[in-house]
This record gives sequence, C-alpha cells and structure tokens, in this order.
Amino acid sequence: MSPTLSRRRFLKISAATIVAGAAAGRVSSAIAASTAPTGLRRVPTFCDLCFWKCNAIATVRDGRLWKIEGNSNDPLSRGRLCPRGTGGIGASSDPDRLRSPLIRTRERGAEEWKEVTWDEALDYVATRMKKIAVEHGPESMALFAHGIGGTFVKHTLKAYGTPNIAAPSFAQCRGPRDVGFNLTFGEEVGSPERTDIANTDCLVLIGSHLGENMHNTQVQEFAEAVGRGATVIVVDPRFSVAASKAKHYLPIRPGTDLALLLAWMHVIVTEKLYDAGYVAKYGYGFEPFAASLATFTPEWAHPETGIDPETIRATAREMARHRPATLVHPGRHVNWNGDDAQRSRAIALLNALLGSWGRKGGFYAPASMDVPPYAYPPYPKPARPKLDNPDKKYPFATESITTGIRDATLTGQPYPIKGWMVYATNLINALPKQADTIRAIQQLDLLVVVDVIPSEIAGWADVVLPESTYLERHDELNVELFKEPFVALRQPVIDSPHDQKPNWWIAKILAEKLGLGAFYPWHDIEEYLETRLKGANLSLAELKRAGVVRGPRQPIYFDEGVPAEFPTPSGKIEFYSPQLAAAGFDPVPRYTAPEAGPPGAFRLLYGRAPMHSFSRTQSNRLLSDLMDENAVWLNAVAARRLGLKTGDYVQLRNQDGAVSHRVRVKATERIHPDCVYLVHGFGHTARGLRHTFGRGANDAQLITRYKTDPLMGGTAMNVNFVTLEPAEAT
Amino acid sequence: MVIDTRRCVGCMDCVVACKTENSVPEGFCRDWITETVHGEFPTVQLEIRSERCNHCANPPCVDCCPTGASHVHERGGVVLVTPEKCIGCKACLAACPYDARFIHPDGYASKCTFCIHRVEQGLLPACVSVCPTHCMHFGDADDPLSDVSRLLASRPNYTLLPEAGTKPGVYYLT
Amino acid sequence: MTEFTNFRHNPGLDPAVHVWGWEIPVYLFLGGLVAGLMIIAGVRLMIMRPTARQALVCCTIGPLAGLALLSSGMLALFLDLTNKVNVWRLYLTFEPTSPMSWGSWILLLVYPALLANALTHLPEAIPALAKRVPAFVKISDYILARPRFVVGIGLANIAIGVALGIYTGLLLGTLGARPLWNSAVLGPLFLFSGLSTAAALLHGILVLSTPDNERPEFADFLLSMLTRWSEAKPLDIRIAPTLAQADNSFLTIELALIGLLLIGHLTSTAAHQAAAHLLLNGPYAAVFWVFVIGLGILMPLFLQHLELRHRIRHTIAPSLLVLCGGLVLRFVLVAAGQASHWTTALH
Ligand SMILES: Nc1nc2c(c(=O)[nH]1)N[C@H]1C(S)=C(S)[C@@H](COP(=O)(O)OP(=O)(O)OC[C@H]3O[C@@H](n4cnc5c(=O)[nH]c(N)nc54)[C@H](O)[C@@H]3O)O[C@H]1N2
Ligand SMILES: Nc1nc2c(c(=O)[nH]1)N[C@H]1C(S)=C(S)[C@@H](COP(=O)(O)OP(=O)(O)OC[C@H]3O[C@@H](n4cnc5c(=O)[nH]c(N)nc54)[C@H](O)[C@@H]3O)O[C@H]1N2
Ligand code: SF4
Ligand code: SF4
Ligand code: SF4
Ligand code: SF4
Ligand code: SF4
Ligand SMILES: [Mo]
Repeated sequence: MSPTLSRRRFLKISAATIVAGAAAGRVSSAIAASTAPTGLRRVPTFCDLCFWKCNAIATVRDGRLWKIEGNSNDPLSRGRLCPRGTGGIGASSDPDRLRSPLIRTRERGAEEWKEVTWDEALDYVATRMKKIAVEHGPESMALFAHGIGGTFVKHTLKAYGTPNIAAPSFAQCRGPRDVGFNLTFGEEVGSPERTDIANTDCLVLIGSHLGENMHNTQVQEFAEAVGRGATVIVVDPRFSVAASKAKHYLPIRPGTDLALLLAWMHVIVTEKLYDAGYVAKYGYGFEPFAASLATFTPEWAHPETGIDPETIRATAREMARHRPATLVHPGRHVNWNGDDAQRSRAIALLNALLGSWGRKGGFYAPASMDVPPYAYPPYPKPARPKLDNPDKKYPFATESITTGIRDATLTGQPYPIKGWMVYATNLINALPKQADTIRAIQQLDLLVVVDVIPSEIAGWADVVLPESTYLERHDELNVELFKEPFVALRQPVIDSPHDQKPNWWIAKILAEKLGLGAFYPWHDIEEYLETRLKGANLSLAELKRAGVVRGPRQPIYFDEGVPAEFPTPSGKIEFYSPQLAAAGFDPVPRYTAPEAGPPGAFRLLYGRAPMHSFSRTQSNRLLSDLMDENAVWLNAVAARRLGLKTGDYVQLRNQDGAVSHRVRVKATERIHPDCVYLVHGFGHTARGLRHTFGRGANDAQLITRYKTDPLMGGTAMNVNFVTLEPAEAT
Repeated sequence: MVIDTRRCVGCMDCVVACKTENSVPEGFCRDWITETVHGEFPTVQLEIRSERCNHCANPPCVDCCPTGASHVHERGGVVLVTPEKCIGCKACLAACPYDARFIHPDGYASKCTFCIHRVEQGLLPACVSVCPTHCMHFGDADDPLSDVSRLLASRPNYTLLPEAGTKPGVYYLT
Repeated sequence: MTEFTNFRHNPGLDPAVHVWGWEIPVYLFLGGLVAGLMIIAGVRLMIMRPTARQALVCCTIGPLAGLALLSSGMLALFLDLTNKVNVWRLYLTFEPTSPMSWGSWILLLVYPALLANALTHLPEAIPALAKRVPAFVKISDYILARPRFVVGIGLANIAIGVALGIYTGLLLGTLGARPLWNSAVLGPLFLFSGLSTAAALLHGILVLSTPDNERPEFADFLLSMLTRWSEAKPLDIRIAPTLAQADNSFLTIELALIGLLLIGHLTSTAAHQAAAHLLLNGPYAAVFWVFVIGLGILMPLFLQHLELRHRIRHTIAPSLLVLCGGLVLRFVLVAAGQASHWTTALH
C-alpha cells in the first residue's frame, strides 16, 4: 500500500474518532501522538493480561509508563479496557519481576539460582536440547505455550522437530465446548467467542459469570443487553454478578446442568416451540433426538437440579419466545464434571432448536483479514506422532492434551519425554493434580521456563528465561477472527527495565544455537512483521501509528448472505450424531448424576475475579491493591451451622487430605449450600513472589482429582470436596 | 455524576483507572466499590456501587478546613484540595460522612477531583471513560438538557446519606 | 439479612475511621483545662480588691501553668499535623466556618491574656523570680496601679477562656459526619469539663501547699523543694473549699450535659442512637462508665462533698480523679466519635 493511501486511511480513522467523541460531547482521547503535549508519548499496542487481545494505547510521561487506555478504534475494546488491561502497567513495574537469566544451583524446586548471561543460558538450553535429540529424538522435547507470545517459541520447537506442543486452553479450558459444538455444527465457537450478545433478546448464561469473567467485549455487550432490558437467565450455584442482573436466576445444584438442558429441550420440543423451519432445513437426525427427550420432563429434572418444574417451563418458553435472538452462551471454562463435551453439545443442540446459530442475536459467522503467514521453510517431519492422545483414546480431541503429555512424561509411554519448555503457562497452578506435574518434572533432563515473574513453574525450572512484558516487546500480529475483521500490532512502549528479552529474540537465538538459523530468515521482528503486512497490502508504519487497521465489515449472519454450511459429516446440524454412535458414545446427550462427595463436605468451585487473570496478576501491585487475597465463599446458613462468620480464617482440607493456606471466610447468601467457591490464582507458593506469597487459598492445591472427558480428554476439576477447619489468625 | 447500578458489575476498572490517571499511591484509592446483598439464597438482591467523593453542594469538609486548602472550584460543582495549603489536620477527613478523603503519603488531604484536569480539556473523568459497562455518566445536573439530567428525570435514583445534609452530587440509578 | 461489603482500604479510614490518635484528645483536654484556668483566673482577679497584693494560686500559678499546658497542647496538635511545613498557612487566612481557624486565632489571644493575668500578682507568688528580674515587679506595679486595666485583664481572660473552652467542643461538634459528635451540647460540655479540671488542678495545688502537718509526705518533700527555690509565701489556701465547691458544681453540670448529650442522641435518628450506644453499652462503655462517670465524676463529687462537710481532710485524690476523668472523656469521645457512623443506620 502506498504511503498516501495509508495516510488517508489514518486520517479517516482520526476523523471517525473525533466525530464519535464529539457525538458524546467530548473530544476523544484517541491516537494523538502528533498533538500530544511535550513529555507525553502515546503508543498503540495490544493487551496481554488475558487472551482477548484488546487494542490499547499506552501513555508514557517523562519517560515513565503512566497509563494505558483502550484504543477507540478497536472493535474489541471499543476504547475501554477491562480492569486488568487498565492495570497492565503494573505488570511492567512489578518489583518482583525476573531480571536476568537464571540457572538452578540446587535440587529442583528449591528456588536457588545463579544469574547468568543470555549467552550462557541459551547455550545451556541448546546443548541439552541437542543431547535429548540425539539420545531420544526431538519428539522427546515437549513445549507448553499459552498465548500469542508463544508463536516464535513454537516455531523454533517445530523446526527442532517435535510435534508435542500443548496449551491449557484446550483440556483445562474451552476444549469440551469446542468439541461439543464441533460435533453439532461442525464448527467451534472460537475466541473471541462468536456470540452476538450485542443483539440478543434473551441471554442464557450457564455458569459463565460475565462481569467477573471480564472478557471485555462480552462484558460490554452484556451490560448493553441489561441496559436494553433483554431477558437474562442465569444458571449458577453461586449468585454471580450476572445473576444479580438476571430476570430468572436458577440456583442449580452443581454438576446437574445437563439435566436442566435436557428438560428445557423436552419442553421446547414437546410444546413445539422450536424453530421448525430451521430444524427441518438444517437439521440431521431430529426425530431420534426428539424421541430421546421423551422422559426428560421438568419433573424428572427437578430432584436432580433443585430447580422447580414451573421455572424450567417458564424459562424454556421465554427462550423460545425470543428466538432466534436467544443466545444460550456456550461458556468458556467448561471443565466441570467429566460430561462436559456432552453438556456443551446439549447447549449447542438447544441453540440449534432455537435457530440461533448463524442468526442475529445468536451466533454470528466471524470474519478475518487475509494476512498470509510468513513463508518459512517446511518443518522436519517428526519420526513419531504426538503422544498426548495415544491411539486416539479421546477420539474427538481437536488439540493436544497437556495432561496427556504429562502422563507420557510420567510413564515413558508411548515414548519418553525428557525435556519441557514452558512458555507463559504456570503449569503448577493450571493443571489439576499438582503432585503429578511435579513428579513428571522430576523425570526430566531439562525444564526451561520462560516467564516474567518467578512463578511456581519457574521455581521448578533448570533454566529460567526472563521475558520482557508485553509493553516492552513486539509480538506476532493479531489477525483477529471477529465480527469485524482487523489486524493489530503489539509494539514496545518502553524498554525492558533489566536484562529481559522478548520471546521472538529468545526463540531466534535459541534456534541459531540449535543450528536452525535457516528457519529465521529475517533479521529482526520488524522485518518479519513488515513482510507479513506487505502480503496484505498494509505497512508496518501504518500499524505502528494506528495500532489496529480494520477491514471492511463482511456479512456475518445467514440472513446477510453467509452460506449456511455445517462442516459435519452429514453437512447438517447433527441432532443425532452418527460420529458419536460409531465411536461408542451417546449419539444424543444423556444425563448421569454427579457423584456425591463425602458427607459434610462442600463441592469446591472456583472461578474468576474481574481484576485478576488466573495466577498471573496477583503480584501486579495495581491489581493486588484491588484484591490482595481471596476468600472462601460459604453459604451463610452453613456458616452459622459451622460457627463461622465473615472474616474468620479457615483452612480447607480436601477429600485426599490436601490442606490449603489459611483463607478468610465470606459467609454469604450468594452461594448454594452444597458448595464453596474460591477465586482462582491466589495462595501462591513461589517465594520470589514476595508480595503475594501465601496470601489466600490456592484452588489448584485442592484439585487432587479430576475426571477425564471420554470424548476429548478434558480434565473436569469440579469434582473435589473440602471441609473447613478454623485456622489461627497469625 | 450519575451511576447506573443496574449496569455496574463491580469490576473496579474505575478504581484502577483512577489510580493510574491520578498516580494514586499504592495502598490508597480515590474511588471504591461497595456491595450490598439483601435476601436469602436463592432469593437474593445484589447492588454494587462505585463510590467516591460526592462533591457535595453543602460540603462539611470545606466548611471545617482552617486554611482554605479544601475549597469549591471557582466554577462550582467540584470540591478540591490545594496540597500547598493543606496542613494535614484531618478535620476534613473527620468531617466527610462518606470517608471519601485520605491523607496522601506526602502529608496532604487527597480525594477525587472529578478529574478536573481532564474535564477542563473536554475529556471525561478517567473512571467514567474507562467503565466497560458504560454505567457512569458525567455532566451538569443543573443543565436540564444534559445526559445526566435526562437520566435523573427518567429513572428512579438516590444519593448516599441524604440525612447527613451534604447535598451530594453523585446520583445512583436503580 | 443484609451483607454489606466495602472494598475500600485506605489507611486511617478502613475498616474504621481512626484519623486522630492520642494527640487530639490530649490537645482538647489541655485546651479545656487552660480555658478553665483562664475563666477562674479572670473571675478571681475581678472579685478581689484590685490593688491588694496577694499570693494567688488562681491568678498566678494557674495562668503560668496554663501557659505551659497550652504550649504542650499545641505541641500535641502540631505533632498530629501530617503536613507540618504548611502550618503557617493557619495564619494567612481566617475561615469563619472552621472552628479550627477560630481556634488558631483564639490561641493567639490566649497567650497575652494568660501572661497579663500571671504578671499581675507574680511578685507575691514567686518572690525569687521577681527578685532576680525586677521588671516583673515594675509590670505588676504598673498593672495594679490601674484598676480598669485589672478588670480588663480579668474580663479578657473570662471571655477568651469561654471561647477556648467552647471551641474545643465545637471542633468536634461541627463535624456532622460523626453522629456521636453531632450535638450542640459538646461545646458547653467541654467548657464545663474544662472548668472542673481547672478547679481540680488548682484545688490540688492548694492541697499540696496546706500546712506541713496535714500534707502527704511525698508532697511535703516536693513542695519543700519548690518553696525553697521560689521562696514562695503560703498560697491563698483559704479558697480551697471554694474551689472544691466550684468543682462540684462544674462536675454536676458536666454530668447533666453528658446526660443531655446521650438523651439527645437516643431520641434522634438510628445513627445517633447507635452512636450513643457505643458509650452506653458498646465497645467504649466500660471505659466510659468506669473512668469518665464513676471515677472521673461521681467519685470526686462524693469525696469533695465529704471534704466540704469536714468529714475527711482535703486530699489531692479528687483532683487527680477529675483530671484523669477529663482526659479520658476526651479520649473516649474522640475515639467513639470516629467509630460512630451514619451508615450504621443504613446497614
Ligand atoms: N485450578 C484451576 N486450574 C485452572 C483454571 C482454574 O480456574 N483453576 N483455569 C483454567 C483455564 S480456563 C485456563 S485458560 C488456564 C490458564 O492457565 P495459564 O495460562 O497457565 O495461566 P496462569 O496461571 O496465569 O499462568 C501464566 C503464566 O505466564 C506468565 N506470564 C504472564 N505474562 C507473560 C509474558 O508476557 N511472557 C511470559 N513468558 N510469561 C508470562 C505468568 O507469570 C504465569 O506464570 O488455567 C486452567 N487451569
Ligand atoms: N477477570 C478475568 N476474566 C477472565 C479470565 C480471568 O482470568 N480473569 N479468564 C478468561 C478465561 S481463559 C476463561 S476460560 C473464562 C472463564 O470464565 P467462565 O467460563 O465464565 O466461568 P467458569 O470459570 O467456567 O465458571 C465459573 C462460574 O461457574 C459457576 N459454576 C461452577 N460449577 C457450576 C455448575 O456445575 N453449574 C453451573 N451452572 N455453574 C457452575 C461458578 O459458580 C462460577 O460462577 O474467563 C475469562 N475471563
Ligand atoms: S479483556 Fe482485559 S485483560 Fe483481556 S485483553 Fe482485554 S483489556 Fe486486556
Ligand atoms: S468500572 Fe464501571 S462497571 Fe466496573 S465497577 Fe466501576 S462503575 Fe462498575
Ligand atoms: S463527599 Fe466528603 S469530601 Fe466530598 S465534598 Fe462531600 S463531604 Fe467533602
Ligand atoms: S487536612 Fe488539609 S484540607 Fe483537610 S481540613 Fe486540614 S488543612 Fe484543610
Ligand atoms: S473522577 Fe477522576 S479522581 Fe474522581 S474517582 Fe473518577 S477517576 Fe478518580
Ligand atoms: Mo480459559
């Protein structure tokens, strides 16, 4: 693209923002690098406090990071970041950050290090990786990487020759949902989810606690929906923030959602409230599916779910009344009870009955810009297949299973794993059964961790590589698949404060030391980015200035001309799934009651707090100021029975004897008496996290059991039970 | 300022935005969240409020200030502190029924300024402009045509502790 | 059932307000005491024959003590300021709605008034000093030669003393945010408490200077040291009963005002009722009932009553009790006041 054209486009953007600002009666704070007062510098980039990747503008005042705000030209953030994004500068200024490369000096997990140069550290890694390749084959090196920052590390490891690359975002997060929808519609929900909350008339949230789960666009659209007066139905054993905005709150017994879903579908089918035209046109196997629902009456579901039949009927009818603009949200972290892919499939089927897939107010068809990948030489073909899912034990898994790699590391089967490289995932807290993770680590010849803070997983590493935070580095382009296509740039706002390096540099130098320099034909990241952007007729200069470039809006609904295609084997929405039947699974969802816990114990539930991301933000001082320890939510009546009140310290003991740090009680009417709830991410055990060490309870420590989803290998973690013991208020 | 409690999700984005915009020191905040829960599970009501200085029309914090450090902005409507005049006697902290003030580590009384430095540039206060639920509205409640006046006219609303007689300038929509 | 959670955590404010520690109660106590000393000094100065030369506890020792006590009080106040470098700002402005501003200007007037009162009869009270600094004698002579000047000094002490005493109460009383303080009674209460502590202090000093055989031993020792140094003549111990009498009246009025304060709150809003209960049966009740009411008011009332009816000798016990009671009253009111809150009514 010629410079004049890009300039014109930039002007258009700024004109649009000023018009938008003026409409709101204000001058917009958008990109105004040229007019900024002296001492202020505004740099567009995109956020990395979670995986939503909102576009942002960071302001530097007199050389120091001052603030970070949403980019008003960003379709994701619409100019407003979530609290974590706004507090993102605390990630850069965190005094507990890793400062230089470290090599272990004592036994693993002792967190004793010596500081080394990058050259020494990467030599160490390269030498051992070569040794593993020679002795066991490159497939014996696994990579765990989460997020867009992992792109180049993945590239290096693929060039090295391993197929064993996984992230917790599948088996510990959205995997069951994607598989459930894939089996039904032939497509996944994706991330950002293709949920059209902005236009829905009836939003059904099954445990998705929007407002606490702060995925930005969804929360904004949710608030709009509430503001518009859209019907909100919330199913959650906890009276979530979303529940407080709902017309109907269904206080379900944890783990019984599939029964509710079946009863809803029973009502909609038997009362013929479904979108008959849609079902007839796009559906496959509706008859056997409808027949299978016959016995799943609301009366049947009542004792399971604790929801009274009339409420089930009323909510089912309400959903049908608003169809197709009824959105039964598929959730995101759905690893609950082991029947998760089937439950997700039931959600997909309910949406199919309502005709919401491909329709306004339901699920749109996302679009993206065409930015071709960089033309690298082909990767070597691994001699052995990936080992996370041997013999396709979990036939419907679409991505690698982290826990599968961990199991293989433990057993040496089907072949040994001797090295782990871990990029931006705190496996100790992200995978269930910490003991297994630690035992697996003890089998390794090499554990390399790339992190920004001395996390728990870094504590077990042989080599720790300190990365620059997102505000100090370039990353891969974000070519987003969304309502509106756009491409966005992450670029450094300030320099790294110490000897930290960006992932692209780490990956490139490591590749060179491994003799894989041919896989990095570019000299630096800007050259790489420029090359990719040229392929799309864009320029790096334009992105540097604007941060995000939007493509033309494309049709996103069937009504707008999106072809109604369903890439399932039948080419239709599979109400009855021959694939599942062939693999020996229920072709239509069937309910099994969750296993009860020991008497007197509470089911342990966990989730998000709006101002924290997983276990990565608790040492961010800006965010820890908003919440610096978690509390265990306990039903107020149960608390009275146990003689506990808000603020009391307790320890949680689970069914296997695991005991948490001390944690305060939140005795509240906002939770079902069967369960307790913890915000995930607290109770850090890594000593280097000085500020947050030991504060609150760690749900991951108490998840000593999980149930594996038979369809796809997801690890259901809501299957642990705890009792509460008074603790000393030391 | 008008805040729609029906939309607010208590995410505290307003709190962290204020902290960065105004360099509020670690451990302090100018705005904060409260949650009130009524009822018994499962019939529960939850109200979340983003609170801050109410910029009272009848501000006891200004009345009690012995040095004139606490004052009302010349164009009215905003209660401010001039750090250079403040002796740190804390009378204003004790005088504020909302506990909206604190002593800055540098010694002076501090609190929400309604981001007057932004408003004077035609920008919204930081907390308002960041709120992902768009639940906060800023404008002149005395101007009947303003956004905030229309909201106040069309929806039930209340102020905090009207019985304290301070005439607060922050309204909550229910 | 209502659950209320506040996610604010500002130091000094959360979970409960505690912006003022020991400094302010000490300051308020000393301020009240000095106010009382001034009023008593003023009255005493005016009701005696203007030109008579006498060693007067009320008019010399009292004001001198007042100067020292007030300075300590202002030091306490100063210590409480978190932005001390700006303290001069108090005297660049007068803020009519701010009791503190009033107070800072009143304090400026207190010093000359007290000093004038002290100087009037200084040569008789502390001859040693007068001998060494003849100027004191000249000043005294000058004042005593002008009866209208003496009356002026007396009136000024009374007026400024009343202002100072009321101001210490008003300082809290105008802070409407704290329901416990939210009462017009606080001004008179602190004034009378100040008077009672001042009378007690003077009474105590007199007791210490009663004839040797009636004195407690340790006091004897202390006093002999002092008199030897100052070559003092015996003070006007004849007014000791008057002071005890006055003290009892002040204590009775104080008691009545406390009653009025509490009744006022108990018949007011829920927030005020809750505030009163902080003292009556809440966390501050023990200290309030035992130290303020019991030992600080009732006990000295009783003892002084017996003293006046010559059932027992005059001792310094009632003085000490009243002084302690006055101090604890300020502590309790400042602490409980900060704990009292409008929102207790809401939630
Ligand atoms: N017990 C329990 N387990 C869970 C969940 C739960 O709620 N409870 N949630 C599950 C879900 S939904 C998910 S998506 C996963 C998330 O799992 P993870 O993605 O592993 O999340 P975190 O625990 O935050 O770990 C992220 C790690 O990356 C580091 N990091 C942060 N920024 C950077 C960076 O810029 N560069 C590098 N190199 N490192 C960085 C952080 O310091 C931290 O150590 O966890 C899953 N596991
Ligand atoms: N602030 C913030 N936002 C985030 C994240 C973050 O770390 N911080 N992480 C992001 C990521 S990767 C993910 S995966 C999402 C996760 O967020 P979501 O998918 O929205 O929520 P979950 O973590 O699955 O579930 C938590 C909620 O489910 C309820 N729940 C638990 N068990 C049951 C049950 O049996 N039935 C029902 N109906 N409800 C149940 C809990 O009470 C709680 O309200 O959040 C995303 N957004
Ligand atoms: S949702 Fe929040 S944390 Fe995630 S990318 Fe957007 S602003 Fe950042
Ligand atoms: S940012 Fe908005 S939604 Fe979030 S807590 Fe503040 S007012 Fe509520
Ligand atoms: S809220 Fe408090 S600080 Fe703000 S104007 Fe009112 S009294 Fe003053
Ligand atoms: S602390 Fe400062 S602003 Fe507050 S009353 Fe005292 S001098 Fe005024
Ligand atoms: S208006 Fe400005 S100063 Fe006041 S709370 Fe909002 S961001 Fe903070
Ligand atoms: Mo996730």
